[in-house]
Amino acid sequence: MVRFQLKTKEKKILIGWSMILLAALFIIVFSYIPMVQAFFLSLKTGKGANLTFDGFSNYKRMLGDATFWVTIKNTLFYAIVQIPVMLFLALLLATFLNDPGLKGRGIYRTCIFLPCVTSLVSYAILFKNIFAVDGLVNNLLISLQVIDSPIGFVTDAFWARVIIIIALVWRHTGYYMIFYLSAMQNIDGSIYEAAQLDGCSGRQQFLKITVPMLKPIVFLTSVMALNSTLQLFDEVVNLTNGGPGNATRTISEYIYDLSFNYVPSYGYSAAISYVVFLIVVVLTLVQKGVMKER
Amino acid sequence: MKKINYGIKHIVLSVVSFISIFPFIWMLISITNYSKDITMGKLTFGYALIDNVTKAFATADIGRAFWNSTQLAVVITITSLIVCSLAGYAFVIFPSKGKNIIFMVLIASMMVPFAARIIPMFRMFASVNLLNNYLAIILPAIGAPFLVFYFKQNTHAFPVETIQAARVDGCKEYQIFFKIFMPMMKSTYASAAIFAFMASWNNYMWPLIALQSNQKFTLPLTVSNLAAGFNPDYGIIMVGIVISTLPTVLVFFLLQRQFVEGVIGSVK
Repeated sequence: MVRFQLKTKEKKILIGWSMILLAALFIIVFSYIPMVQAFFLSLKTGKGANLTFDGFSNYKRMLGDATFWVTIKNTLFYAIVQIPVMLFLALLLATFLNDPGLKGRGIYRTCIFLPCVTSLVSYAILFKNIFAVDGLVNNLLISLQVIDSPIGFVTDAFWARVIIIIALVWRHTGYYMIFYLSAMQNIDGSIYEAAQLDGCSGRQQFLKITVPMLKPIVFLTSVMALNSTLQLFDEVVNLTNGGPGNATRTISEYIYDLSFNYVPSYGYSAAISYVVFLIVVVLTLVQKGVMKER
Repeated sequence: MKKINYGIKHIVLSVVSFISIFPFIWMLISITNYSKDITMGKLTFGYALIDNVTKAFATADIGRAFWNSTQLAVVITITSLIVCSLAGYAFVIFPSKGKNIIFMVLIASMMVPFAARIIPMFRMFASVNLLNNYLAIILPAIGAPFLVFYFKQNTHAFPVETIQAARVDGCKEYQIFFKIFMPMMKSTYASAAIFAFMASWNNYMWPLIALQSNQKFTLPLTVSNLAAGFNPDYGIIMVGIVISTLPTVLVFFLLQRQFVEGVIGSVK
């Protein structure tokens, strides 16, 4: 009897492994193996298929590569400006919508969430069109006499960055708002009741109860936003194509260009992709540390 | 005081809501206008709808791109859901130390930026002559770590007694999964399907690299190409944009609850 039970237990463990096998295989083959290969590739130099081992020369090359630094700067700029603005806005809207006495909450929520269902390419092109030199926004601003001559929203270095940030905020705010909203709804209502009995004002309740309770979700969403902004590609390619010059080009776009637009230098572009990887890991850990300290 | 408070909230929310839906209104107006009027920012409906749609399908391959995207999204959604839900299920129903480690390893792959994988993946598919082949798009999409995670989270809510009862009745383990777990977890599958479908439908960077001929292009690639030309016809582009947005908007309104859950995942 005991032996029989052991056997069925072993069999079950085997069945369990067989169920995991396919998913594990796919993730290892298309995620981990390429990652390891990319590291070896980053140690090689050469054009196209002619690659030779050359130690860390690709990493040294980065230090003197102006375009690399510009793209790093652009990407970090997007992250530093866009993420706080977007998350603050999402938090604010969620706080407003979390009020059961507010009429039309459902409609507001649906409208604000709607941008998340658009494809990245589509909305980027829509924004490019709306903000074109002779486009809707310029015409509107001119007819309202805010400006005399059209602004090159997509062709001017400063404005192009602003438009990209506006576009990103438009597309993703509703997404993060839903996270905050569902987290707020999970906070036990009796905590607020107790606070009210103790004479806490609405603002105090928000600062002393809502904010601390939301800390984990704020951390999670900022890591997610950071991760996606550091990998920004679709929007910039379709809105400005990195231009004017390299003014809006992101790291992901530069990696893509190095391998698939210019004469391919796979080794160098793999090295840059590893730097992105490290930045993501380091920033995630730093963020985790900062959140813990508070 | 309270009234003013509500007034401010309503104003802020109305403005944000309007900004949020304006691009949708804009694309619906623009699809009825000629390119010249669209670029000039015409805010009234025109008479070019049929013209735009005809041109988009006849000269710009929007129809074929739509069909390509649909095929890929359906195949990827079905395969990735089966593979990933099976794994998520097994991590909960057959737990062991080794499996926990594997689970952590699989989930950690979410942190690997896509850019760090594309070059080896490109070379991998080139070496087996699968570039410009849909397998190059489908295979890497099947093992989705997020879906494994999502199904694992949701399996915790599945009643274990059901499984034990089925075992007593003599059901095989795989039968339990396909005949009992899957039908009972319909709502979870719906959310996951929306997530997988959206990811495939909107996928841009990897198809851009892996697909080379226009016949194989998906909607995002075709629309992007149309807009990148020197003198883009925005009438045609709007047809492409509306067609790529329509399915996701429709699914959103039909299955709003599952949609939101699928998008925000299993964060609870």
